[in-house]
Amino acid sequence: MIVASNLTKRYPGGYEAVKDVSFEISAGQMVFITGHSGAGKTTLVKLIASIERPTAGSLVVNGQNLSALRRSAIPYLRRHFGMVFQDQKLLFDRSVLDNVLLPLQIVGLPRREAIRRAQAALDKVGLLNREKAMPIAISGGEQQRLAIARAVVNRPTVLLADEPTGNLDTESATEILELFVAFHQVGVTVVVATHDQNWIDRYHPNVLRLDHGRLI
Amino acid sequence: MNAWFAQHRAAMASAFRRLWATPLNTLLSLLVIGIALTLPGLGYVLLDNLRDLGRTTSGVQQISLFMQLDASKRDVGDIENRLKQAATGKWRFVPKEAALKRMQTNEGMAEIVASLPRNPLPDAFIVEPTNVEPEALEILRKEIAGWPKVAHVQLDSAWVKRFDAFLKLGRLALWMLAGIFAAGLVAATFNTIRLQVMAQAAEIEVARMIGATDVFIRRPFYYFGALQGALGGLLAAALVIGALRLLAGPVGDLAALYGSTFSLRAPGVIEVVVLSGAGALLGWLGAQLSVSLSLRKFD
Repeated sequence: MIVASNLTKRYPGGYEAVKDVSFEISAGQMVFITGHSGAGKTTLVKLIASIERPTAGSLVVNGQNLSALRRSAIPYLRRHFGMVFQDQKLLFDRSVLDNVLLPLQIVGLPRREAIRRAQAALDKVGLLNREKAMPIAISGGEQQRLAIARAVVNRPTVLLADEPTGNLDTESATEILELFVAFHQVGVTVVVATHDQNWIDRYHPNVLRLDHGRLI
Repeated sequence: MNAWFAQHRAAMASAFRRLWATPLNTLLSLLVIGIALTLPGLGYVLLDNLRDLGRTTSGVQQISLFMQLDASKRDVGDIENRLKQAATGKWRFVPKEAALKRMQTNEGMAEIVASLPRNPLPDAFIVEPTNVEPEALEILRKEIAGWPKVAHVQLDSAWVKRFDAFLKLGRLALWMLAGIFAAGLVAATFNTIRLQVMAQAAEIEVARMIGATDVFIRRPFYYFGALQGALGGLLAAALVIGALRLLAGPVGDLAALYGSTFSLRAPGVIEVVVLSGAGALLGWLGAQLSVSLSLRKFD
């Protein structure tokens, strides 16, 4: 599913965020990327989502080598991913439902079908009764669940999350984690970057531990 | 295919919503575009009216054909036949006797005419060609001049040529004006769209992140630019028609003083559609330039 070999990302100025990293994530696995702040977790997630390009080495996702990917092919690759960010990246000018509709509009799903699927996704994360609310009016935990609904509404093969519980209290964080586990159980590949050791102790997922950009 | 249509419909709906969401901004932008298109539009309609005026004013497009003094009745008949065959338009024959008589009726001329030993006037034809393009008139004049026993062919062309040159100059000035205002329109759209892209930065970033293609992101802006331009064009058409309404009365009065029934012709449906279409095209161009430049920073 995701195969990295000798993957390196060097930013302009020479800083190497990821150094010579090799790993393989197979379909249906749940993998946590951990490490201290600045260990390269976010960079690794960005490389997998082809938000950043590798400086050296190769990264193959779904059989496609991301280093050789044409720019115009990137959007189609990203549609295989459900992305959840620490800062959610919600759109505050539209309702909860419209936020979840965006990925479906991008692939051009007919509106009625799109609304049906968006509502199903909201139902899954327990936000169906808030579909008409504006994102600013819901709690931080609810906002993160909304972000997850938006990430899964397009039925991605990989759910990719970067510190999804970073700003949440323990109870909300647990809810989020339960959601990821639920998606993993129905066969979705789940990759989560987190520094939260509690999660790892509780669920014993596969772990990629980074230290100063290197895998340890 | 359905998805494609749905996306275009969605992009257009979004463009409408954005126009509607900021009524004051929209109104101001439409005024800028409308006024920019009004001046060339009005210029075009006025020139067009002038050209019509030039064509309908009688006397302008006559060709006078004077026979040689020694031309016989047969020669005249021959010319008559040639005119019939050439089928160039209406013509009438003015015999030299009739011409002399008309001259005698002029005040002060009777004595002079009476003192002449013989009729100095030739037989003549007055031709009113159907094709009054200056070039066609010139060709016809040359042809007639080559016919036998034709002494002189006079085309009242100096006036036609001057008028035509004036129209040409007017048209050139109009194109220059249109070019300048078109550039202004593109610039106005460019700026509006740039502000929109900045305002939508969050949405563009998120949409990119979750798999939106460039086309998907650009499309609503194209529709916005084209729609704004088209509406500006309609506004310009309304302004032109309004201006003509105001001018119609005074122009009618002026024409009446010259004994003419000339009246200003308002732009038709096709001209309104062309004006609106030009607005849409320029708006689209402005949007295209703006989006291409503004979206670079998202790469």
